Amino acid sequence: MSDLAELALLRGSLDHCIKCTICETACPVAAATPLFPGPKYAGPQSERYRVLGEPSVDASVDYCSGCGICSQVCPQGVKIAEINAQARDKLKRQRGVPLRDRIITRPTWLGRVGTPVAPLANLTLRLRPTRVLAQRLLGVHRDAALPRFAGRRFSRWAAARSSPRSARRVVYFHGCGTEYYEPWEGEKVVAILEHNGFEVITPRQDCCGLPLQSSGLFDDARKAVLKLARALAAHLDGEETIIVGNATSCTLMLKREAREILALSEDPTLRLVAERTYDICELLLELHHRGELRTDFRALPETVAYHAPCQQQGHWIGKPALELLELIPELDVREMDARCCGIAGTYGIKAEKYEIGMRVGQELFSQVQASGAATVACDSETCRWQIAHATRREAVHPIDYLYRAYGLGQPGV
Amino acid sequence: MSRGFRYDAVVIGAGSAGLVAATRLAQAGASVAVLAKGVGCTHLAAGTVDVLGYAPELVSRPLEAVAALTHENPQHPYARIGQQRIGEALRWLQATLDAGPLAPYTYVGDADHNGLHPTALGALRPSALVPSTMAAGERTQLERVCIVGTPALRDFHPSLCAANLSRAGVQARAVSVELELERADMSTLGIARRLEEPRWRAEFCARLTPLLRSEERVGLPAMLGLREPHTVHADLEHRLGRRVFEIPSLPPSVAGMRLYESLRAALRAAGGRLMLGAEVVSHTREDGRLSAVQTGAAGHAASYSADAFVLASGGFASGAIELDSHWATHERVLGLALDGVPAPGEPRFLPDYQAAQPLASVGVAVDAQLRALGASNVYVAGASLPGAVPWREASGEGIAVASGFAVAQTITGGRERHG
Repeated sequence: MSDLAELALLRGSLDHCIKCTICETACPVAAATPLFPGPKYAGPQSERYRVLGEPSVDASVDYCSGCGICSQVCPQGVKIAEINAQARDKLKRQRGVPLRDRIITRPTWLGRVGTPVAPLANLTLRLRPTRVLAQRLLGVHRDAALPRFAGRRFSRWAAARSSPRSARRVVYFHGCGTEYYEPWEGEKVVAILEHNGFEVITPRQDCCGLPLQSSGLFDDARKAVLKLARALAAHLDGEETIIVGNATSCTLMLKREAREILALSEDPTLRLVAERTYDICELLLELHHRGELRTDFRALPETVAYHAPCQQQGHWIGKPALELLELIPELDVREMDARCCGIAGTYGIKAEKYEIGMRVGQELFSQVQASGAATVACDSETCRWQIAHATRREAVHPIDYLYRAYGLGQPGV
Repeated sequence: MSRGFRYDAVVIGAGSAGLVAATRLAQAGASVAVLAKGVGCTHLAAGTVDVLGYAPELVSRPLEAVAALTHENPQHPYARIGQQRIGEALRWLQATLDAGPLAPYTYVGDADHNGLHPTALGALRPSALVPSTMAAGERTQLERVCIVGTPALRDFHPSLCAANLSRAGVQARAVSVELELERADMSTLGIARRLEEPRWRAEFCARLTPLLRSEERVGLPAMLGLREPHTVHADLEHRLGRRVFEIPSLPPSVAGMRLYESLRAALRAAGGRLMLGAEVVSHTREDGRLSAVQTGAAGHAASYSADAFVLASGGFASGAIELDSHWATHERVLGLALDGVPAPGEPRFLPDYQAAQPLASVGVAVDAQLRALGASNVYVAGASLPGAVPWREASGEGIAVASGFAVAQTITGGRERHG
């Protein structure tokens, strides 16, 4: 199928739009700023005026954060967020891509540069003058949450050990957040999987291309995701072997977004990878529902606020992490029902969008503060950074709780 | 690797029928998952609960009229639900709102009486239950009324509403208030969000007050807040010094969104799960029972098995029942048999648009327990049911709430979790 035919497939979903406005009721950005008129307005309505080869009609689509909630709530199956992502790509081509968007969308490159000089890089990135300068020169908001380089790479840890052999194998897709910023999350994922009898294979891997895609750099995003798909697929030896990841937005990229938004649905490797990819909590809950998850949990007498990030919601499987956390004795789990934290990957760190992102997240931040929980559990790393920044609370992946409840001990520091 | 999740009960559809059924099931101690392609009818409906408005003449005592209707039409959903359960379901809904996140915002009225409430066009529509923010618009209380709109709200025309109310014998006039909005056009939802800001609300009242005459009630489109409707409504009545009421308007329905949020909170409090974006794309049947349904999740289908299923996916309007280009009708979610389909040669459509269109009463064929014929553990609720013409009867929400309530009761055998 040609690129054009694939685009037409997505665009064809427009015919199902009955203008019911349900997407408008759920859009967190439209509720926070008049600069974005809402998904129906920017999507199905404006799309009629977007003609191939002609200039983009509507610049407001740049304010869409790409959270995907509109597509999730649409009762007619219209691919609203995906259509808007393509409109954003077109707008970017027309306007030109700012230097900032070429830099912050390359976590692999940033990680490789920052990791060897982590203490210096972390210090520099937290100095006020650096941040003021970065805002002026690059348009990265000076107050936005930026991650800390861990100074070590998860893949080095994984390469230095071998997972106990088992008939049940999983290919681990750790993503860039685990690789450069939170290697301990990966160590916990491996420990939990091994505790449940899996042999964990960790292939060499780079970025899935999601940041590039969400900033409208589609050609580079395609290269990145196909390269990753090939690296992961090479280890899918048996029919039963699956891929599991803990970065929920990156697993969603592999499962669906790259295929739909980047018009790669016909790539056979990506299709195989999409079918075999699981989010870690999805896998663990499925194991539990068929009686195969170890539940030797010790009690954790504390309170945790759980926020399901938009990209996790985009898996369209509800909130598996919530059910997993509820298995832990004495853990008081408070479900946050606000939709979005406002970061949407790199959206909320951009100078012109930081304030909007913080307003989007306000409802969640208030709920967290009212919950009495000292810690927030959330499946996406950029959301955790934003939540920690805005609420001054620790934010961790839900698997942290499972890891502790299993009594799996302290990972390498 | 075999895949799948397991629950005691799976409900398909997140409209009012599905959410009521799921909440009741969860309250009875069942593990419940609601699978829905998207958000349902609540956001598009008026947000009132109309049990029976026309039979075919205007109905003032709905439950009495239900008795006559079901005697005449034993295929009607109410005939299988029973009068008593309609009343129980409505009282349960009121209690749910009373205990919910929007309280003291609630539903007022009962299944024995209809009130007449203005529509956006200024017609008077019979409803059994209305949101407390609409109560002051009931016809018997209306003598003089000022209908208020704003130019930015292009879906509500106060002068049209007032003119039609005047024809119905209400002394009605219209005013339009200019508001400081960042956009040239705005929906009731956008204004509802603004009205939750106290300063903005004060400004709105300051602009409206000089336009009002003494002894006038104020009617506004349903936009008095989403999260705190009671506070917004009470503050407006206080500042304007008079009774204020909401009028249902075009989608997005703010009053309907409040119902959705209230039911969603009740479902969550009872431990039920809601999966949005989870369209049922295939199913597994064994020996006349449904064993599992599969949804079109990202990457690969997700499978959900359960002992009992509730089909509350809606009728033609939602697309769950379709008439294809070969003039054949299908139930698209589970491929169940339909009832009420006009026989070959019989008319499917009548020339008068407003007539009781034959196709309108098509629904999934069910037994006296609302179980789907041919699938003994599938129960049917809401607009999926056959035998009613909801828009002529003004019975849609009543059927949805009562049938959702009834099927949950049948599945759990009336069990309720205590403690």
